[in-house]
Amino acid sequence: MGKKRFNVTVDRTICKACGICVAFCPMSVFTTDHDDKAVVSVPERCTGCRQCELLCPDFCITVVQVEETADG
Amino acid sequence: MGKIHEKYLRMDKMPHIWCAGCGNGIIMGAFINAIDRLGYDKDEVAAVSGIGCSGRITGYMDFNTIHTTHGRALAFATGIKLAKPRLKVFVFMGDGDAVAIGGNHLIHACRRNLDMTAVIFNNHIYGMTGGQFSPTTFKNKNATTAPYGTTDPDFDIAQLCIGAGATYVARGTSYHARLLTDLIVKGAEHPGFSIIEVITHCPVNFGRRNNFESPAQMLLWQKEHGVAARKAKTMPLEDMEGKFTIGELYRSTEIPEYLEEYGRVIQAANEEKKQ
Ligand SMILES: Cc1ncc(C[n+]2csc(CCOP(=O)(O)OP(=O)(O)O)c2C)c(N)n1
Ligand code: SF4
Ligand code: SF4
Ligand code: SF4
Ligand SMILES: [Mg+2]
Repeated sequence: MGKKRFNVTVDRTICKACGICVAFCPMSVFTTDHDDKAVVSVPERCTGCRQCELLCPDFCITVVQVEETADG
Repeated sequence: MGKIHEKYLRMDKMPHIWCAGCGNGIIMGAFINAIDRLGYDKDEVAAVSGIGCSGRITGYMDFNTIHTTHGRALAFATGIKLAKPRLKVFVFMGDGDAVAIGGNHLIHACRRNLDMTAVIFNNHIYGMTGGQFSPTTFKNKNATTAPYGTTDPDFDIAQLCIGAGATYVARGTSYHARLLTDLIVKGAEHPGFSIIEVITHCPVNFGRRNNFESPAQMLLWQKEHGVAARKAKTMPLEDMEGKFTIGELYRSTEIPEYLEEYGRVIQAANEEKKQ
């Protein structure tokens, strides 16, 4: 079974620092910076559930599947 | 959001004006996902809104859009649908918009059963004007107009619409965003007047006054208090205390759709002219 990997990005210019993605990502992929804006800290944990994309009220998060690796 | 929002939103109008963490943006995302799934062409969609923070949605979406007056979005939408029946008409209203000033338009739209889909952003407050209580503010909650808590019982929008004759009635939340997209798709496909009540949150004018520390906490409240309608049927009544049902709540195909009835009038008038 190959493990799916995802590229998660936050558009910092439009992030309003609401904290929703940080609170609801089941894999704790996000942390916050000095302005409380979202930072993608541990992208390798992302399972691609897209909860963050659906709940970000400002359309700043993009989750894209990048590759399939054989080693899992 | 992947790239879907770049197709359906007016990107030159971004970022939108809604406050950090406001539910309105989540609902707009769920809506454009529904349009994408329905496969409607952007030019065959008409989006009509009233006044309120929720009403600003029509400024951000790239369909045929009209931002109308407070409480009257349904009246404008009715005119649009009757004049151009090929359009898929969607109406966006706030709780104040839909059940306070616009309450009469709402019940009569339900009664007529014209083929349109209305989405009500129920954040239990007048957001735009600074946090006055609305007909859906829960009893004992604080508002600028109720510094000691409200005294009035609240309206159940979905039940009100069922009672008034709407033929598809559903309730979703901004937290259950995937469900919301499903409910909007089903409402749009239903041939008649469809209502989707969305329990959502105004972190600034409701949350801050009512002990919610963050937008995330308000979403968590929705997660914990929304119970799937099917599950609620099997639950003891006392377990539903303070909670609300989500999902499809009512559907009827027995009442004729209004355009069909109106078509008979057009036909009769044309025949009379020929004589
Ligand atoms: C005829 C009229 N009366 C009153 C107002 C002032 N007004 C603007 S928005 C609003 C209520 C907003 O509450 P709601 O409909 O719940 O929308 P929200 O901002 O919460 O999305 C009011 C009373 C108005 N614009 N027009
Ligand atoms: S897709 Fe899911 S797991 Fe990945 S960052 Fe978003 S919420 Fe977290
Ligand atoms: S949900 Fe969106 S706006 Fe809110 S902190 Fe995360 S990226 Fe920023
Ligand atoms: S006032 Fe409330 S409803 Fe209006 S944009 Fe701000 S958070 Fe949203
Ligand atoms: Mg409101």
